[in-house]
Amino acid sequence: MNRNKFDWLLRLLHLDLLLVLGLAAVSGLGLVVLYSAGGQNWNLVAGQAMRLGLGFAIMFVLSQIPPSYFRFWSAWLYLAGTLLLLAVMVVGDISKGAQRWLDLGVLRFQPSEIMKLAVPMMMAWFFADKPLPPRLLHLLAGALITVIPFILIAEQPDLGTALVVGWAGAVALFLAGLSWIILFGLVALVVGVVPLFWTFVMHDYQRQRVLTFLNPESDPLGTGYHIIQSKIAIGSGGIYGKGWLNGTQSHLDFLPEGTTDFIFAAFSEEFGLVGGCILLSLYFLIIARCLYMATRAGDTYGRLLSGSLTLIFFMYAFVNSGMVCGLLPVVGLPLPLFSYGGTSLVTIMAGFGILMSIYSHRRTPVR
Amino acid sequence: MKLWRAAAKPPIDKLLVREKDNAAESELFFRRVLITLLAIFLALLSVSGRLVYLQVLNHDRFNLLSDSNRVRLLPLPPARGFIYDRNGVLLAENLTSYHLEVTPEQAKDLEAVLAGIRDRIALSDADIERFRKLARRTPPYNATPLRFQLTDEEIARLAIDMYRLPGVEIKADLTRRYPLKALGVHALGYVGRIDEDELRKLDPGQYSGSTHIGKTGVERFYEEMLHGRAGYEQVETNAEGRPLRVLSSTPPVSGKNIYLSLDMRLQAIAEDALEGHNGAIVAIDPRSGEVLALASQPTYDPNPFVNGIDFASYRKLNTSKDRPLLNRALRGVYPPGSTIKPMMALAGLEYGVVSRGSSVFCAGVYRLPGGGRKFHDWKRSGHGSVSMDRSLAQSCDVYYYDLALNLGIDRIHEFLGKFSMGRPTGVDLAGEKGALLPSRQWKRKIKKQDWYGGDTLSAGIGQGLFLATPMQLAHSTAIISQRGDNYQPRILHATQDTGAKAKTLAEPRKLPPVTLKNARFWDAVITGMIHVVEGGTAHKSRSPRYRIAGKTGTAQVFTLGQNERYNAKRLAKHLLDHALFIAFAPVDDPRIAVAVIAEHGGGGSATAAPLARKVMDAYLLDKYDSALIKGIEPAQDVLRNESE
Repeated sequence: MNRNKFDWLLRLLHLDLLLVLGLAAVSGLGLVVLYSAGGQNWNLVAGQAMRLGLGFAIMFVLSQIPPSYFRFWSAWLYLAGTLLLLAVMVVGDISKGAQRWLDLGVLRFQPSEIMKLAVPMMMAWFFADKPLPPRLLHLLAGALITVIPFILIAEQPDLGTALVVGWAGAVALFLAGLSWIILFGLVALVVGVVPLFWTFVMHDYQRQRVLTFLNPESDPLGTGYHIIQSKIAIGSGGIYGKGWLNGTQSHLDFLPEGTTDFIFAAFSEEFGLVGGCILLSLYFLIIARCLYMATRAGDTYGRLLSGSLTLIFFMYAFVNSGMVCGLLPVVGLPLPLFSYGGTSLVTIMAGFGILMSIYSHRRTPVR
Repeated sequence: MKLWRAAAKPPIDKLLVREKDNAAESELFFRRVLITLLAIFLALLSVSGRLVYLQVLNHDRFNLLSDSNRVRLLPLPPARGFIYDRNGVLLAENLTSYHLEVTPEQAKDLEAVLAGIRDRIALSDADIERFRKLARRTPPYNATPLRFQLTDEEIARLAIDMYRLPGVEIKADLTRRYPLKALGVHALGYVGRIDEDELRKLDPGQYSGSTHIGKTGVERFYEEMLHGRAGYEQVETNAEGRPLRVLSSTPPVSGKNIYLSLDMRLQAIAEDALEGHNGAIVAIDPRSGEVLALASQPTYDPNPFVNGIDFASYRKLNTSKDRPLLNRALRGVYPPGSTIKPMMALAGLEYGVVSRGSSVFCAGVYRLPGGGRKFHDWKRSGHGSVSMDRSLAQSCDVYYYDLALNLGIDRIHEFLGKFSMGRPTGVDLAGEKGALLPSRQWKRKIKKQDWYGGDTLSAGIGQGLFLATPMQLAHSTAIISQRGDNYQPRILHATQDTGAKAKTLAEPRKLPPVTLKNARFWDAVITGMIHVVEGGTAHKSRSPRYRIAGKTGTAQVFTLGQNERYNAKRLAKHLLDHALFIAFAPVDDPRIAVAVIAEHGGGGSATAAPLARKVMDAYLLDKYDSALIKGIEPAQDVLRNESE
């Protein structure tokens, strides 16, 4: 009886219990770690908690909106986002050497952030009424939808966000049923193109990052310092960690960016391998739940959008944790729900809102 | 196999208008999601695997790095250059000595460790206080010195109990030693521990590993050259701060060896000659400006200063009325007395105030025109009619009263200034004084008084306000001997890189020469100076082997009353006149210029001139008292090189 009532309440609120629990668990753990990594600064924790609250609120609001509305607005949002990206190129504000912000007088925001949602929506909208697996012409159109914002964002230059947007489009194509032959062909092409990309497209700081990634020790006082100190933090944590509030690397300021991009290192130092595996498992559970929800969507639009949004979340988690432990190059992506800071957090939570909307507004259970 | 179906199935219905098949698409999507989930699982598994690699397999290494987490730069102090005399006689070297260091961080209970050390070896409160002072300024993981000059016995006593004294280490270092002790100390100087003032001014990059710095003399003047360049070692340390491996190392560059222009044999002769007097002898090679001997008596042994002289000994040296720490050759300022008369005579000729043949009648007293104070000649009975030649030979004061008055102080100031009177000669030693060549401007500015004719008369015979150092007198004598050619006095003879055989000779520094309207003016004055020794005031110091040109001087220490007479026997020693003598020889080809001052020595002719003679004899005749130069003879190969 009670259980039925609870389910009914959740259906009414358009929330998915498991997903909300997973998100809350990661967010809560993130606040605990932030308290330690930030030098036991309550202001930091309170600020992050408020941002998380905002994120959950946005998620809740979006989950109430029926997917048909998202579908209707998909193309318009994509168009608007692309135009804003062009606007940034012309009148954008330069901060930290990159042109990312658009100053609207009242508020400054990054149009590229919109594209993290707009590209999956546009891809889903485009393939929604096409027969799948897609025909070559449709594939090319889909690729074009992805590549335009990718280039615009990469030019800013913001490699991290560009990769996220590109990834979102690519996985949408894959989930839409991209032929394996084409896929492997593309992989082969990329391998061939990489050297050209290296010489002509990449900026010096990006090349430097790749080079330091390959051999961080080569520049121990410069760019490699982050990775070396991060590895020391993680490695010194051992199996069980040094214990909460006992991390020396983060507290003695050896670990740079210990509350933002490198919070995973601070976490691993204090909570060890056990903590790291628990966190990775939580991420995996969230992703698995989301993908399950995606398969239960009633139409192609819902499926592709859900799947693409889920994989954006995965990319954040994987690229950040991989970067921090020296497995992947240093790309400035935060650890979702963990890193201090707000912009991407709001986008990610909005994505979960859309996911829940699609899941909870499905007409009938398929199976 | 089923997974591959979507791709493998040929799109046979390509030409047909394909309908959307939601069920089929849902199934396709489901398969793709499964593949994706598998990929995600593998991706996150690889991150976990990386965590295992870092946190389990390499935990010990990273834990160590984390605990010590400092790549430390250890300074490698350079070895200080040696100092030799011109003949290669060793004057300053480095000996290995042992000192005790404590690293506060490793000591944990510092007080207990200090007490533990005190139980085993002698440790004064001053040692501990200095240690605490130093330790406050250095990070706790750095070692701080506590005791220097450990004896073998102390080392043994500490070594067996080292395990009970955490953070305590015995370190070897090089300490400066001056094997000739007091001989030449006023030229050589000494090194001492870097004090707080110096620490603020020094480049920490160069001196972080060094403990000593030149304090006086050559050691101070050529500090940069002698010190060398510090090296560094980048070390990875363990959690206790002990270096595990050297990552990279930049070796230090040792300081250069320095060869002084001094001949220690001559130095020994000069110091011995002065024995019993307070005073100074400076001997210069006038052809190059090289300082051959720089003696100042009394002397002191510099060795105790190197690692901190004890307070009682220092007090004794510092408060002695003979002031052994004073370098009289550079910093002793004396009224030059009659030794400036050759320069005055040159000025008279140059400005046409006197001529070689003109005479002045000396009645033993001189009055300023218009009456006023009487100015006595040293010879109360007077010299009678005095030419320039006789004025020098007999040192007639009245001649120079008249000359000075006719020249006026302005011209005296200008002309004598060319002979480095009133300003440092610029010799390469620290702390040289400029003494005082009086002028109208100086008196008005400093004494707030007008210049009087009487001042000019006093200045004309090197008395009154006039002051000079022995170095200045030697330099001006050298200039006269070279008939105006002027070389800056210099004590650096050559430098040598450590390990190298070749020496780099220092170039003589030629200064603008003193030029006169007529070069024969020099002959007139030098002839007068020869007559000082040959039949004049210094006739007792005449040498049968070579010809000397000189000038005696007797400088009043206190002013007699108007009608009083100087009586050496009735005066206390400290009121006796200073005895001075300047000379160069041989007159035809001068190779040595000497200035001698014996404080309260009485007359220049009786006391100072024989001392100069001893120095010149030794140098020019190569005749050294073997007892005096024992152990400082030039090495045989040096002599051979010189003769080649």
